Amino acid sequence: MSTFLQQLVNGLSLGSIYALIALGYTMVYGVLRLINFAHGDVYMLGAFAGYYLSRRLQGSEPSLVSALIVMAGSMLTCAVIGILIERFAYRPVRRASRLTLLITAIGVSLFIENGAQLVFGPDPKFFPSLAPRADFHMGPVRVTSEQLTVIVVSLLLMLALRFFILKTRTGKAMRAVSFSLDAAKLMGISTDGIIAVTFALGSALAAAAGVLIGMQIPKIDPLMGIVYGLKAFVAAVLGGIGNIPGAVLGGLLIGVSEVMVVGYLSSTYRDAIAFGILILVLLLRPQGILGRVQKEKV
Amino acid sequence: MKKLATGAAVVAALWLVNALLTGTLTPATRISPYFLQVLCLAGINIILAVSLNLINGFTGQFSIGHAGFMAIGGYASAYLTVNFGDRMRGVLGFLPEPGQNGVLLLAGIALGALLAGVAGFLVGVPSLRLRGDYLAIVTLGFGEIIRVFILNIDAVGGARGLSGIPKLANFFWIYLFAAISILVVTRIVHSSFGRTLIAIREDEIAAEAMGVDTTRSKVTSFIVSSALAGVAGALFGHYLMYLHTNSFTFLKSIEIIIMIVIGGLGSITGSVIGAVLYIGLTEGLRDFQQYRMVLFSFLLVLLMIVRPQGLLGHREFLSLLPRRWRIGVDAPPASG
Amino acid sequence: MALLQLSGVTMRFGGLVAVNDLSLAVEPGQLYGLIGPNGAGKTTVFNVITGVYRPTAGQIFMDGEPLAGKSTGRITRHGVARTFQNIRLFANMTVLENVKVAFHCRQAAHVGAAVFRTSTHAAEEQRVDEESRQLLKIFHLDHLAGERAKNLPYGSQRRLEIARAMATSPRLLLLDEPAAGMNPQESNELMDLIRWIRDQYGMAILLVEHNMKVVMGICETVHVLDYGSTIATGPPAEIQSNPKVIEAYLGGA
Repeated sequence: MSTFLQQLVNGLSLGSIYALIALGYTMVYGVLRLINFAHGDVYMLGAFAGYYLSRRLQGSEPSLVSALIVMAGSMLTCAVIGILIERFAYRPVRRASRLTLLITAIGVSLFIENGAQLVFGPDPKFFPSLAPRADFHMGPVRVTSEQLTVIVVSLLLMLALRFFILKTRTGKAMRAVSFSLDAAKLMGISTDGIIAVTFALGSALAAAAGVLIGMQIPKIDPLMGIVYGLKAFVAAVLGGIGNIPGAVLGGLLIGVSEVMVVGYLSSTYRDAIAFGILILVLLLRPQGILGRVQKEKV
Repeated sequence: MKKLATGAAVVAALWLVNALLTGTLTPATRISPYFLQVLCLAGINIILAVSLNLINGFTGQFSIGHAGFMAIGGYASAYLTVNFGDRMRGVLGFLPEPGQNGVLLLAGIALGALLAGVAGFLVGVPSLRLRGDYLAIVTLGFGEIIRVFILNIDAVGGARGLSGIPKLANFFWIYLFAAISILVVTRIVHSSFGRTLIAIREDEIAAEAMGVDTTRSKVTSFIVSSALAGVAGALFGHYLMYLHTNSFTFLKSIEIIIMIVIGGLGSITGSVIGAVLYIGLTEGLRDFQQYRMVLFSFLLVLLMIVRPQGLLGHREFLSLLPRRWRIGVDAPPASG
Repeated sequence: MALLQLSGVTMRFGGLVAVNDLSLAVEPGQLYGLIGPNGAGKTTVFNVITGVYRPTAGQIFMDGEPLAGKSTGRITRHGVARTFQNIRLFANMTVLENVKVAFHCRQAAHVGAAVFRTSTHAAEEQRVDEESRQLLKIFHLDHLAGERAKNLPYGSQRRLEIARAMATSPRLLLLDEPAAGMNPQESNELMDLIRWIRDQYGMAILLVEHNMKVVMGICETVHVLDYGSTIATGPPAEIQSNPKVIEAYLGGA
């Protein structure tokens, strides 16, 4: 039982990361019906931004303040990157066919991955430690300070997002746009602006995930966005793509199942789990757990 | 009869070109092994591009798992020739060696195509119910699952890869099958069956309303497409003599997509041009390895923004030729 | 026995009842009109009949054969063809090809025959080509045979949609707002065309229309829907003077 609880904690921690990234996928899909293949790479850029920022802050002791600065800096950087990607790669093809959109997204993703390999070098880097380490024991379960940070920070960010979407005008506008872009435009909503905000938010959350992962598993490399991005995408689809609580639910579920399978079965199929879940979902219930079926108007 | 004569002429021409390029006829026309390899890989790409275009370009179904079917074809055919090759040669002893090689290769290709086609059926039936993005993701997923599955089969080498595959494929065989693939796809497209595929692409709901069995048509074209990918895989394995699942990742599927997008979805000529162009660029920029992918991806995005229909859009080269030069075109091309 | 029979058909989308307990019968060769204010559920009725949606409740019979739950393709092969409210032509195919697709309605086009170019394939192609051109001639579209469907003027596109539907050899034709966007002269021509189709082919035609001149001009029976429910059924003269109908359209006297 204690192993189970331990795995659960591990899974929640991993799942929170997936959830943060999944939120970005789901929000962008909600407003643009676009699968932003490049989103996983933004998460990678967030980790690298955090890496370079924390190296700049070298000298000062690892502290809460420096950690916050790194986090905020990375989130801001990636928010800007997200806006730029949308503006220069996606906006010109917004009205094009779905195929064109998908290929554009793939192109951006490849561009970022290979560009990162060029600029940062293909070798992995090691994230410096940002906060003092400690282990907490709650009964038989061991929770590391990194895991705790991940869970707490993710929770705070998700709550902040929820507040933003439900209580602010911009958030309401985002929901309107995801319902119908054209109707929102007719209501006088600046759809370009809202879409930019959506990308910014999603990218910022992905960046936060990148920094959190950097803190937990110090090794980062330019291709890390591929596997994590894919799993987060599966999480978004599992929860119901376009559905925000769904992304969180999906992320946690994927995180927990991955840890459970590795713990109880074998680690060879760790990455295949996500694919397997993806295919099952798409074949059995494509709208995901919390999603609604979209019927095409005839 | 006329068709038989044309066919024989094509075969003879290919054989001749092969002999010239490899220097067996006259040493003067020999080209470097490197260049020959590039040409051969281009030929394999042509088969991949043309077959993928059938399902993506003409039927409008977005599949990005083509590499998986190529892998199946490659591994299945290699397994046959590596493990049963000697036994088969024993049976075929009465033939000269090139003849034995030919039969062996054909057997391998047949098996590869068959299994790839079956896989196409198994993947297609559940997947083709989905539309657009969802279909893309599912095919991507299946492609990866196939790859991981093969990676875990020790009988075909697993993580070490499969080596010792006899070099049965050469310029002649590769381009022969490239020609066959082009012929098959062209005939399909310019037929009543092809019309239903294009109708599905144009408006699936309307096609259904006009009595088209869309599921059956989509699955059939998917099977043909994956079988041809299997052929490409078999030729690939028997040319490079070594197979590893790293050659069949998601990236390979994307490469094929790039080829047909460059050339123009819905254009067979475009796929051929795209395939050749792609490998040309890849090899040409080989010295700039690191910059190559960055440049490619940048150009890809640019292409989508500026000219999403690719070079030829829906047009074929044939439509640019004067009427009397066109061979074997029965009805006005659906997308000419 | 009626050609098309709907009994108690209800279509629910979540909490929204788009069609409520609809019953109607179309006789062979009858011109039947379905009208109602926007949002009354008319196109939904078409979609239910043609199998795009499965009815939440009720039954649909074509010549005694149940249709509910069958796929659109099968229903078409039963003899029900339709046009669409927002024209759904195969835009990049030529006019001729649009019609040819529909002609293969009842035989599965064979990939093997295509690849090996059998003589049956060639003969079949020849036959379909002739019959398609013939049909285009009837609809005065033969001079546009090689033109891409998307390049046609609006009126011709609507006519092509009808011609294409006719190629499936239907016994019942469902026309969804065929007069939409037409000027008075075009709608007169349309009325003649619809009457002619009925007379020439003995075809039953179920028509959804907003253009009252067309509906009242050609339909023998008119069925009025409002918010998914039937409010009146009868010959045009009766419907025009029915107070409930007037109220539905004008929102109360």
